[in-house]
Amino acid sequence: MENLSEFEANQKDLIHILHKIQAEYGYIPSQALSSISKHLKISESEIFGVLTFYKAFSLKPRGKHLVTICTGTACHVRGAPMILDELKRQLSIEPGETTEDDLFTLETVNCVGACALGPIVISDGDYHGQMNTREVNKLIKKIKKEIKE
Amino acid sequence: MDKISITRLEEIKTEVAESRKKQKTCITICGGTGCHAYGCLEIAQAFKNAIKKQRLQNQVNVRTTGCHGFCERGPIVVIQPAGIFYQRVKLDDINEIISETIINKKVLDRLLYVDPRTGERIVEEKEVPFYKKQKRIIFGNNGFIDPTDVKDYIALDGYKALTKVLFNYTSEEVISEIKTSGLRGRGGAGFLTGIKWEICRQSLADVKYVICNADEGDPGAYMDRSLLEGNPHSVIEGMIIGAYAIGASEGYIYVRMEYPLAVKNITVALKQARNLGLLGEFILGSEFSFDINIFRGAGAFVSGEETSLMASIEGRRAFPRQRPPFPAQKGLWGKPTNINNVETWANVPLILNKGADWYSQIGTKKSKGTKIFSLVGKINNTGLVEVPMGITLREIVYDIGGGIKENKKFKAVQTGGPSGGCIPAEMLDLSIDFDTLTKVGSMMGSGGMIVMDEDTCMVDIARYFLEFTQEESCGKCVPCRIGTRQLVEILTRITQGKGEEGDVKKLLDLAKIIKEGSLCGLGQTAPNPVLTTIKHFRDEYEAHIIEKSCPALSCKDLIVYYIEPKKCVGCLLCLKSCPVSAIKGERKMVHVIDQDLCIKCGACLDVCPPKVGAVSKYTGKKRDRILKKASSIRDRK
Repeated sequence: MENLSEFEANQKDLIHILHKIQAEYGYIPSQALSSISKHLKISESEIFGVLTFYKAFSLKPRGKHLVTICTGTACHVRGAPMILDELKRQLSIEPGETTEDDLFTLETVNCVGACALGPIVISDGDYHGQMNTREVNKLIKKIKKEIKE
Repeated sequence: MDKISITRLEEIKTEVAESRKKQKTCITICGGTGCHAYGCLEIAQAFKNAIKKQRLQNQVNVRTTGCHGFCERGPIVVIQPAGIFYQRVKLDDINEIISETIINKKVLDRLLYVDPRTGERIVEEKEVPFYKKQKRIIFGNNGFIDPTDVKDYIALDGYKALTKVLFNYTSEEVISEIKTSGLRGRGGAGFLTGIKWEICRQSLADVKYVICNADEGDPGAYMDRSLLEGNPHSVIEGMIIGAYAIGASEGYIYVRMEYPLAVKNITVALKQARNLGLLGEFILGSEFSFDINIFRGAGAFVSGEETSLMASIEGRRAFPRQRPPFPAQKGLWGKPTNINNVETWANVPLILNKGADWYSQIGTKKSKGTKIFSLVGKINNTGLVEVPMGITLREIVYDIGGGIKENKKFKAVQTGGPSGGCIPAEMLDLSIDFDTLTKVGSMMGSGGMIVMDEDTCMVDIARYFLEFTQEESCGKCVPCRIGTRQLVEILTRITQGKGEEGDVKKLLDLAKIIKEGSLCGLGQTAPNPVLTTIKHFRDEYEAHIIEKSCPALSCKDLIVYYIEPKKCVGCLLCLKSCPVSAIKGERKMVHVIDQDLCIKCGACLDVCPPKVGAVSKYTGKKRDRILKKASSIRDRK
């Protein structure tokens, strides 16, 4: 597993390490826990406690495409719940889940601070503003079409 | 110690001034996250390419700056020194801007902002009504600074306050200046910054820390991010001054991980500051040494609470703890620590540059200076606004915000995020400062201001916020962990039309217990959205519970979508857009929604042409009649 020598053998580096592994693999593989535990000299259960506390880390791999919907207050009052419902229906998954074919992961975020564009859906880093149920429908169809091609 | 670095600062300032003399015109492109989402980076690159092609690079400077605040109108391009304000600029406009405005000095009318009230086209940025009533002392420089170039900040008197402090002020004098200014913490609670610093100063220890709290978790608030992204050095300078006053040797900036651009810009800024001797050992050749680390949060709202934030930096779960001891006495790794919010730090250099007396003239008796709000929701001019404390809500919503979208009726404004409350239309003339907001049951919070109109259901808003706090509760205190869950369950029931008599009393009782029985600010303030909506909008709760109707036509379970047979022209638009094929009909025949199949997604309402306007939402008795009729037709079949 991971070379952790760039990090201090101190619990204060735990979250930095988790960020790095999450960025590299898209999730925290379970083997990583034992390497971190050995490096930082803290128990695996402590690490498990920390990593499951924070939303940034996931123990499960994500799908090929990440669809995130902002559910911040500004997006909420502009209709984000309807769009979330449509995404759930289109992908047949709940937020935080990945489709069976590993193509899509649906996530919510509490605010991306682009409130003027709300409601916002972010697909693989691209912002799509002023969404409605119809537009989001088109967006998913477009991604699905691109996958086929 | 010699003062080589101070001379270097002066040199940089002169160098920049010299180069600007040649490049008389400057095209600034807003590079905030809002404009990023609109594609400002491509626009900036296209401007650079076009300027090069025209061989104008010696006369024209192209700069991607920090956020200009008027996100609604992005991408924003401002041409200095004239201050010509172009909004919603597209790639196709660039060549014309260069040939007409830059070369022929002609203003392009079609790109100007039109005042919706007068129909007048406005040329200069400062004359746009959105900016006119603002007082942008903290935020104003954003539009002139390339945040990735420290020189831009230095050119605008950056690090002048630090130089002044390091060589002319004792620590006590700095603290006294901040105390005189009356600056209060911008993170929410509004504690006096000078007093906080003094307590930390007086705590004796070998190591002390200062922390910048940039874990801006309040959904709908993004001013801290814009400051970090747009003018990172103002925050860094404030932190160095604070560290000098307190006697700290190490600092942390705790940034929310959802803000990648802020992390990037602050990393660059720290590196540049270090290279210039503004951070590190013997800063600017003085006896003072200090450095700053970045800590990326990991997505937990509670880590914005100061004791949780410190636990997070220590590599643990972000659990809050009992206070006292306060962080100023025992903070990070048990050492005295001073934590301030981003905006508070950004105020510090300004106060020391212009003096506490100047600063304390702005604002009200007990709330000094300005406050940046993020004005969002159902408002015409979404964006970040910096206003003097004491301004009325009416001025913010109508003069700056340009009123409610689509001329709908203003219902309420929510301030303070999940910890705050809703302020109803009757209180539009409320003067906004720390104390008046607390008095009406809300709070300043970090400065989110979410405007709601007649279509926003207040019970749903309360449910929304409680769902948020319930999700984000760390689980340490039982009243918060279980109490917020109970609140969500009751509120959800009410919005589904399953509310019972006595629910409102249950909500009030639970709210009291949660407030009294929680350790940290999250739990202590979590019931505020419920309490203020019950106080000001009790009739909406009663409509949901007794009449099973949602007056705002927002709660899905309490409404129906209906096509008026008299208005429907049979255009097939709604029929084709329905994702569940619940609409039956043929061309030029009246369409009908099958209420059993309808999932209430609203697609039909979105596509029905406004001039036809055949699709409507109904609640209460009219809804019941529609459903009854639909079921009798079905039975007959």
